[in-house]
Amino acid sequence: MTDPQLALASDIAIWASLAVLALALISFSAHLAVTGTARERAASVKVAERVRVGAGTDSQTEARDGREIDAPEPTGPTTTAVEPPTVSHPAEVTRRWGIIGVQLTWLATFGVVGGTILRGVSVQRWPLGNMYEFAIVAASFALIVYSTWSLKRDRLWLGPFVVLPVMAVLGAGKIWYTEASQLMPALDNTMWLSIHVTLATLSVALFIIGAALGVAFLLRDSAEKRNRIRGWLAGLPQADKLETMTYGIHIFAFPLWTFTLITGAIWAEVAWGRYWGWDPKEIWTFIIWVVYAAYLHSRATSGWTKRHATYVALLGMLCIILNYTVVNLLITGLHSYSGVST
Amino acid sequence: MRTAIYLLLLLAAAAFPGSIFPQRSVDPVQVRTFFENNPDLAPWLDRVLLFDVFSSPWFASIYLLLMISLVGCIIPRMRQHWRSIRAQPPPAPQRLTRLPARADGTVATDGREALAAAREALKAKGYRLRDAEDGDLWVTGEKGYLKETGNLLFHLALLGVIVAFAAGNLFGWRGEIIIQEGQSWTATAGTFDTLNFSPLADEGDIPTFTVELNKLDVAFESQADGAQFGQPRRFDGLATVEVPGQEPEQQEFAVNHPISVAGDSIFLLGNGYAPIVTIRDPDGEVLYSDAVTFLPQDNNYASEGAIKVTARDPGLGLVGGFLPTLRIDPELGMTSSFPGLVDPVLALTAFEGNLFPDGRPQSVFNIDTDQMTQLTDEEGNPVAMLIRPGEYFELPDGTTVEFDGIIRWAGLLARHDPGRMPALGFAIATTVGLALMLGIKRRRIYVRINPEHPINGPMQTLVSIGGQSKGSDPGLQAVVDDVLLRITGTTGGRTNTPKTHHRDKDTV
Repeated sequence: MTDPQLALASDIAIWASLAVLALALISFSAHLAVTGTARERAASVKVAERVRVGAGTDSQTEARDGREIDAPEPTGPTTTAVEPPTVSHPAEVTRRWGIIGVQLTWLATFGVVGGTILRGVSVQRWPLGNMYEFAIVAASFALIVYSTWSLKRDRLWLGPFVVLPVMAVLGAGKIWYTEASQLMPALDNTMWLSIHVTLATLSVALFIIGAALGVAFLLRDSAEKRNRIRGWLAGLPQADKLETMTYGIHIFAFPLWTFTLITGAIWAEVAWGRYWGWDPKEIWTFIIWVVYAAYLHSRATSGWTKRHATYVALLGMLCIILNYTVVNLLITGLHSYSGVST
Repeated sequence: MRTAIYLLLLLAAAAFPGSIFPQRSVDPVQVRTFFENNPDLAPWLDRVLLFDVFSSPWFASIYLLLMISLVGCIIPRMRQHWRSIRAQPPPAPQRLTRLPARADGTVATDGREALAAAREALKAKGYRLRDAEDGDLWVTGEKGYLKETGNLLFHLALLGVIVAFAAGNLFGWRGEIIIQEGQSWTATAGTFDTLNFSPLADEGDIPTFTVELNKLDVAFESQADGAQFGQPRRFDGLATVEVPGQEPEQQEFAVNHPISVAGDSIFLLGNGYAPIVTIRDPDGEVLYSDAVTFLPQDNNYASEGAIKVTARDPGLGLVGGFLPTLRIDPELGMTSSFPGLVDPVLALTAFEGNLFPDGRPQSVFNIDTDQMTQLTDEEGNPVAMLIRPGEYFELPDGTTVEFDGIIRWAGLLARHDPGRMPALGFAIATTVGLALMLGIKRRRIYVRINPEHPINGPMQTLVSIGGQSKGSDPGLQAVVDDVLLRITGTTGGRTNTPKTHHRDKDTV
């Protein structure tokens, strides 16, 4: 029933993608460092100009940037101090590292998605039957969402925040690796398996990106509060922009998680004769749902700061991680499908 | 709202222990094991109901408070929403400059025409307009009332889900029964192996029907290595269902595909083996011949069971195991190494005497040896038989135990839950509510017209637009820009606001 050749090809694709993602992470980090320091410098140039000692700093900037940039990007460092609107957004800084990062991420996206498809073909079913498969599908979704998003908007700065957790997810998948094989009958229901677990992985992928944005917001926000936007933090958008994006991702992910819960209940009714029975996995699905519901409420409550609301969202992420690790591996229940020998 | 946040977080925290400690409602056996392993701790945990978290008063008090706060929040909001749907959008503020999204333009028409164009533009975009009054040089449009409707729908439907869930737990019943292949079973209160009624249900709620198990196919993983080896792969059954007054109907069923009968469902939850055993007295007279249900004890279906032969005097009791794939383990003794039938054996010991001492009720899977003696061979060793299908074993007195073959049995769960369809309906309503509430933006657009009539030069009118939204709304500026574009487009004019003026500077 299972094809070992295809399963092996799938494994190789995932391993190779992990390596590519590591390279993408390096490029993205370089990008943040480059844009961050450039903006920091631009900001200090602006300050310098205000106190009318701009000339020396200008020529320095020119010299440095001139050495750095040999790509076809338009270079006009001398205009930096002259035109106020471009000061906060120095377009002349090289974006090469970020572009390379996105290209590598695209490559990894094809690798992970391809590996996932190969896995599915090798076992002749939807590849969502154990922890490993859950991890590679969730990673696929996170990469697809990020890669498509980066086509429409400039999301180079977001790269490291997505690539790092995706690598963690794939790494976790590799730790709890499960051989390609068929499913137990309770899981062997193509329709509900594909709907319920696909929704679960998609919403987890979105929650991961949401949490990444939330972390970015918290870091940038504390820097802004202390008025010390240094280094790579200067390469990020403003805190309130980050916060709006965090919320925007969550309002997509939350209804999807609600669907996950409902389709899970329908499947439980069909397979076990009750739609809700407080099985450990059901409890955790419920806990996660309730915590993110609290996030949406705290976001809409005037008394709560955006920072506090974001902490609640990150608590939700913590619950997702516990659900994937502790509940799958240590707690026995009807959902004990991890495929990991204990 | 602040109360709701704390109560929600508290609810999540309260549900947490339900996942670490075994729950009586889920698995009473695990609770007993926990008591045995932690004799000191368990009674204390039990005192604070940590084995019954989801029926405990402290859990209930949290969700009841949450429901009360929800109702207390929803009712005033419904009233308010009803009023705001029927009320007119408010007048435009004098100064639009303080609004989060702004756009200005100049058109080459008089004020009246510009105002008409503004009303037209807003109407075309689906905004509800405030009625025009003579002399007004402004207009307000509002849109997105469905956002609040969705919000209210979501919360009301959530209450519905909880009520439906409660109804299912008050009026339902569930019964379990083991049926062997070829066996027929008629549902009445007395025939279930176990039967549980909810507080408000009784025997009269059980419909009459008959189920005959025609066939049960089971397959196990025999190719893969590691943890997957021996995992079940397929349970497919065929059953004939008969409801009085209706034609018998044959239905296929499986783990994910219950038998449906009289509006309820019968689920396949367990399965196992029933060896067919025939016992003859020394003269060859049949004392006993039946398929005996053996209960699996582990994942490899090493099963336990008992045979009670009352037709013999004194009574004969056989007890022991059925192993679908025999393996002699140096430490554990006889075990099963695979759940499928590779090398099936019956391993039994024999007892003689009174099978039913004092008429006490007892398990069909075990024998009560209080008033029985174990049979021994000539050397005084206990009689132990290991029989394969087609073989027989002769007891010291000449009685024979014959292993004729093996059939399977299915463990079925019949369940009635009147709340499940309403719960599904309300659950779907919550998602509709969620989609409306999170997907729709409640927006107000104000347009102010300032006609200028220069003495020398063409007629021109200033159009100022301001936008306001409930909650964060990154798309608001685009909407305001579009309204301006529509107005200038129909009246011929130009926009003053650079298109990127309010846009994101950092993320472009």
